[in-house]
Amino acid sequence: MTALRERAASPEGPTAAEDPGKAPGPAPRRGRTALLAGGLLAALLLLALLSAGIGAYGIPLGDVLASVQHRTGLGGHALDRTAESVLWNIRLPRVVLALLVGASLGCAGALMQGVFGNPLAEPGVIGISSGAAVGAVGAIVLGAGFLGTWTVTVFAFAGGLVTVVLVYAMSRSGGRTEVVTLILTGIAVTAFAGALIGLFLFFADNAQISQITFWQLGSLAQATWPKVLAVLPCALLGLAVAPLYARRLDLLALGERPARHLGVEVERLRIALILVVALLTAAAVAVSGIVTFVGLVVPHVLRMANGPGHRFLIPGSALGGAVALTAGDLAARTLAAPAELPLGVLTALIGSPFFFWLLRRTRRKQGGWA
Amino acid sequence: MSGVKELFRRRTRELPAPVEPGGLAAEADGVRVVRGRRAVLDGARIGVRAGEVLALVGPNGAGKSTLLSVLAGDLAPAAGTVRIGGRAAGEWSAPELALRRAVLPQTAELSFPFPVADVVRMGRAPWAGTAREAEDGAAVAEAMAATEVTEFAARPFSALSGGERARVALARVLAQRTGLLLLDEPTAALDLRHQELVLRVCRERAAAGDAVVVVLHDLGLAAAHADRVGVVHGGGVAADGPPAEVFGEELLSRVYRQPVEVFPHPRTGVPQVVPHRDPIAAHIGSHRPA
Repeated sequence: MTALRERAASPEGPTAAEDPGKAPGPAPRRGRTALLAGGLLAALLLLALLSAGIGAYGIPLGDVLASVQHRTGLGGHALDRTAESVLWNIRLPRVVLALLVGASLGCAGALMQGVFGNPLAEPGVIGISSGAAVGAVGAIVLGAGFLGTWTVTVFAFAGGLVTVVLVYAMSRSGGRTEVVTLILTGIAVTAFAGALIGLFLFFADNAQISQITFWQLGSLAQATWPKVLAVLPCALLGLAVAPLYARRLDLLALGERPARHLGVEVERLRIALILVVALLTAAAVAVSGIVTFVGLVVPHVLRMANGPGHRFLIPGSALGGAVALTAGDLAARTLAAPAELPLGVLTALIGSPFFFWLLRRTRRKQGGWA
Repeated sequence: MSGVKELFRRRTRELPAPVEPGGLAAEADGVRVVRGRRAVLDGARIGVRAGEVLALVGPNGAGKSTLLSVLAGDLAPAAGTVRIGGRAAGEWSAPELALRRAVLPQTAELSFPFPVADVVRMGRAPWAGTAREAEDGAAVAEAMAATEVTEFAARPFSALSGGERARVALARVLAQRTGLLLLDEPTAALDLRHQELVLRVCRERAAAGDAVVVVLHDLGLAAAHADRVGVVHGGGVAADGPPAEVFGEELLSRVYRQPVEVFPHPRTGVPQVVPHRDPIAAHIGSHRPA
């Protein structure tokens, strides 16, 4: 199983292996890392601006820039009232939310794959998103409001945390998590979460039902500034803390015992990271519902492009997730205009075939599941 | 968060003082380890001194790896004491232990395809933030040269053969530059040349003042390269001493449940251990119908 897990995790396959002449030194790689980070940042900025301007009420790029400059006191000028309102009350909260949710999911995916030592781990795939959704739906149906706008986020966090602990406890044996066990545990947990959501639906009234359906499809259509504020602390805390664990996650790739031999307090690391994953997933699910596969695809693509080192992979996946979801949300809004595709459906449409390809590759490498 | 706390604690770690030659680097006394219902070790006692190579030998399942884990501070025994660097193993924190002992596991695994150079550099992680961080580059280069893995520094670990992986794993352990080295079957996947190379490296490290414990299956290798041999058998250490004293036909035949012959090598005088075999011609002859 050992060798298999690691082969499954080598997406670049032979390309790097056939290139032994290339200097192992950090210089060329650092150049590539900087280039990749710069490229992602530029793409994110461009997509955010495009996303702010494109829609049923078009706002030219120059006007978007002018209005942003105006509001931040850097010159520019105000737009007319409609444009100003569309931009600041509808588009921008949505863009910011897409960015936060994408960054959270991408980062959570990279962390989970590191913690489980398994490239197929992802909040959506192993059922943590479903667990968080149960919490969120529960908050709606039970009419809990004692924490104001935070209620749904807190409930989602609790649901996600319970699920991640459950999956962690059930899918590990002898200090490691096998692919099959992980996926099957995910199926079981997702099924159970689905049943709980169904139960909540049964007791819900019509207004609540439409609200819950939104969770199951995944969407950013109801973005508002208060929602942004409701998840901002969770997401920012998670994103800020995650890179601190990068070096130790690298060591964890050697296995639990070798990591401990190198001074990593493994159990503490795992508990801390599970909390961070639950935090990030809850932040994403509380506002956008279940958006799957971002946390799976983004870290994988980055690993292929720039190697598995977590010092780049963790912040890089946050950045890449933000790019993916900003682009995804723009597509969801515009592809079938004036109607709007649910974002979760779109990411699943793209992500599922990728997941399928990964599964096939993993199976081929290890010659069957046995 | 705990990450920040740990960062601060790392700065205040006390660097290990070198153990004087001949001083005890690690010792286990009266150790009992139970797996399931079976006591794998019961009353085992072994110590390793700075400047020597100690080989642990014994039949499959005798508890060699378990004893090594105990010496590494991985396993807290149900009874008995374990001391590493003069202090009870349980009193060290993981980061402190990592400065004092390095462990080579029996199988080398890696969840993600890091390049070889990065894997070896992981061995330097315990020293991050200490004065000896400055040695990082030199330690990595030296370890890779010693194990002959420099030429595939840029290749991903997952693209290597079993023997190459084993050497990379050893390079990582050597790069850690600790006073105590615990190696679990470092020669198992290696060809003849690299078996000798690995044990030569062990000798060099011992000569430089480190304590080296190595689990071996090849008694010839143990006899040729170890200062002392511990024969693990029946939950304890059945014999402990220089190979020439310990490797007796009676003891080895009994422990391995296989008659063996021990004779000195004609040139070096090192004990050679060979299973007792009939000559092939006589063997065939005895089965030939009369």
